Amino acid sequence: MNLISIENIYVNYGEKTVLHGVDLSIDEGEIVTIVGPNGSGKTSLLRAIIGATSLQKGKITLKDNLKMGYVPQRLNFDSSLPMTVERFMHLSNNINKKECFNALEKAGAPNIFKSQISQLSGGQFQRVLLARAIINKPDILLLDEATQGLDQPGSALFYKQIEEVRRETNCAVLMISHDLHVVMSTSDRVICLNGHVCCSGTPANVASDPEYKAMFGAGTEGTLALYQHQHGHDHRDKELEHNA
Amino acid sequence: MLDDFMTRAVLAGIGVALAAAPLGCFVVWRRMAYFGEAIAHAAILGVAISLTLQISVFTGALMIALLMAWIVTLLSGKNYAMDTLLGVLAHSSLAFGLVFVSFLSGIRIDLMAYLFGDILAVSQYDLAIIWLGVILVILLMYWRWSALLISTLNEEMAYASGLNPKRDKIILTLSLAITVAVAIKVVGVLLIIAMLIIPAATARIFARTPEAMAIIAAVIGSLSAFGGLEAAYIFDTPAGPTIVCVATTSFIIFNLMGYIYKKINSIFF
Repeated sequence: MNLISIENIYVNYGEKTVLHGVDLSIDEGEIVTIVGPNGSGKTSLLRAIIGATSLQKGKITLKDNLKMGYVPQRLNFDSSLPMTVERFMHLSNNINKKECFNALEKAGAPNIFKSQISQLSGGQFQRVLLARAIINKPDILLLDEATQGLDQPGSALFYKQIEEVRRETNCAVLMISHDLHVVMSTSDRVICLNGHVCCSGTPANVASDPEYKAMFGAGTEGTLALYQHQHGHDHRDKELEHNA
Repeated sequence: MLDDFMTRAVLAGIGVALAAAPLGCFVVWRRMAYFGEAIAHAAILGVAISLTLQISVFTGALMIALLMAWIVTLLSGKNYAMDTLLGVLAHSSLAFGLVFVSFLSGIRIDLMAYLFGDILAVSQYDLAIIWLGVILVILLMYWRWSALLISTLNEEMAYASGLNPKRDKIILTLSLAITVAVAIKVVGVLLIIAMLIIPAATARIFARTPEAMAIIAAVIGSLSAFGGLEAAYIFDTPAGPTIVCVATTSFIIFNLMGYIYKKINSIFF
């Protein structure tokens, strides 16, 4: 059973067509990464899935009662808006304190219940967003360049966290990323998007695909390194705990 | 009790402060101050039209305020930046409103009453309309509070949670238009934005959650309305502007206190 099936969709942004003839389906428990350069329509695709953008043509079918957990790139946080982690977690859901604690723990951000969101570090902040997304036990987790504000070791840690969440809850994961630089090696499928689906396959396949190379230029080749869980010399785990 | 003009004035002022508090928080968080101003200035055009057609000023102001909100939404994202667009609309509607009023021969209008409010002239009927609007706005805000907070933080997050940010934004705009319409009598079209923003901005100093900010803003706004009326009575000053002056004074004092408190904390701890 497909969680999401996208059939031949067209999306316009103003006068410009950003997506044309995109087909895609996502199965239960699958990890799918969408890569593409800026302006390739990645965010539009995600917006179309959650119903924030109307389709020019085509159809998106969601499984009945599909529960989506969405991790945004950032929040329009203004220092004028006071918000504790606790209040943020309770925003849309009828949930109790214990569920909140559990979600935060699962997302790797325990003990920051009373903190103001505006005072969290980049890593903690992304984990709180992740915790909020998983609190309703979603069937699929959607991540919109969720690691943009993090440095590379930070991103790697965050991806590791998502893997752990997925192992525990067995939810599907759909994430978008602006390049293959730091993508989970555990992605079942990588989809290379540039207005339409250019190529797709396992991370290694896509990295060596001529279409991918053409899109990102030869420069990427030298620096391209798939994330393989290698961060033995990194102390950010401890630092995070310390900050909390 | 309602026979006394001072009592009616205090009740009208507190009513507007209560509705303005949660709404003002969203105006601050969503950076809608200029948008609110455009709606408020448009209301003077509504006043002129309702005086011509001899309909209730409240209805006319509400209609034109909503029309203005609709025009802004329609034109946004086209050729001009939002603040340019609002600058054109806010001030031109004020100018057109004032010119329109001058055409109304035969009727002698105290323009100042609509620009800066005439809270001491609030009738029992006015009071009923004001409180009706206030209760409606508070109910709308209570109903959509969490949904509006989520879509303020991130629109996509709201969509993914099954909410409809577009509809919630319309509800917010409607609440803003109602508040502007009922506040004309109290502080006038030129100062209503002050009643929305100043108490909310002051409340930010003390608040740790959005709800606390709205409640503290309501308290500060109500006290400003009460204190402003008392001060206006003692010093024989115009009531609407005096209310705003009192609110601003509390904004300055609390900010200074907050600053000193932080300094002391950083020196001794």
